[in-house]
Amino acid sequence: MTVHEAVKTYCLRLGDDALILGHRLSEWTSRAPFLEEDIALTNVALDFVGRARLFYQYAAELSGGDVTEDTFAYTRDVREFSNLLICELPRGDFAFTIVRQFLFDSLALLFMEKLKHSDDSRLAGIAAKAEKEATYHVRRGREWMLRLGDGTNESHARAQKAVNGLWGYTNEMFEVDALTATLIEAGIAVDTEALRAPWFESVSEVLTEATLAVPNTDWSVEGGRRGIHTDDLGFLLAELQFMQRAYPGLRW
Amino acid sequence: MSDQLKLYEVFVRSRRGLDHKHVGSLHADDPEQALEYARDVYTRRGEGVSLWVVAAGDITASQESDCDSFYDPLDDKPYRHAAMYDLPEGIDSL
Repeated sequence: MTVHEAVKTYCLRLGDDALILGHRLSEWTSRAPFLEEDIALTNVALDFVGRARLFYQYAAELSGGDVTEDTFAYTRDVREFSNLLICELPRGDFAFTIVRQFLFDSLALLFMEKLKHSDDSRLAGIAAKAEKEATYHVRRGREWMLRLGDGTNESHARAQKAVNGLWGYTNEMFEVDALTATLIEAGIAVDTEALRAPWFESVSEVLTEATLAVPNTDWSVEGGRRGIHTDDLGFLLAELQFMQRAYPGLRW
Repeated sequence: MSDQLKLYEVFVRSRRGLDHKHVGSLHADDPEQALEYARDVYTRRGEGVSLWVVAAGDITASQESDCDSFYDPLDDKPYRHAAMYDLPEGIDSL
């Protein structure tokens, strides 16, 4: 695989993470606990969809031909999506959504701070924009973690259940496979293994402050990067892609 | 988190503005959260570069019943308006 092709694959991975997680967040629109939070969650969802577009647009340019950002979002099947599994899990209750965002955003912030210095100027530019958004997402996430963890008995129990249930999905966020290793070597990709320790430190600090226990379980699942997904992604794509599947090329 | 969210009034200063203008209100659990919701609810389209949030309960407002004593006495004091004064030589307007 050439570096050119590897960068495209790398873009699709990052774009898929953003699109799928953004879609999960968008499912809260009109269903959040109260109006202000509804608007806030939808804003974050839009940040993620916007992030996905930037990565897809770059991947489309690298592909050439008639390929556009929409080709990636609407015409690929489950096995062709390479998002992390944590992004596709159903939205769950509000605590689950907040905890997932907090775990993911905490890494996204560290990740974008590094990608900003990539030798690939396009990726660096996307990262500079995403870093600002991620800073806000982490701030929001941290406060909700404290509110839920150190809140009522019920909010604490739900937050802890979400942390325990999601913990095994976080390992995949740091894995470096052969493709990423090549790009790290070339100064293009971020070495996520190196972010494991700083992520753990900042996440455990907030969990502790929120009176939540840091899980010490060692189970973990992976597969997203290779197109091995949970059943849930298929249902998500069925909704996300319905219109383009039913009316190919439809514009509005 | 308290059971009841509090009401906050939101003030935004636009990029070209010098003062914060009242734009509306929202509900939040505490001032920090109110500030973030103000960002999400009232500055989505580049409306501002600075935000104030104030707990609505902390605002002391004049009442309808204060009108007679507050504002009516000003009606017969036109000399307080600048228009009452002769402009000095060489000054066209104030």
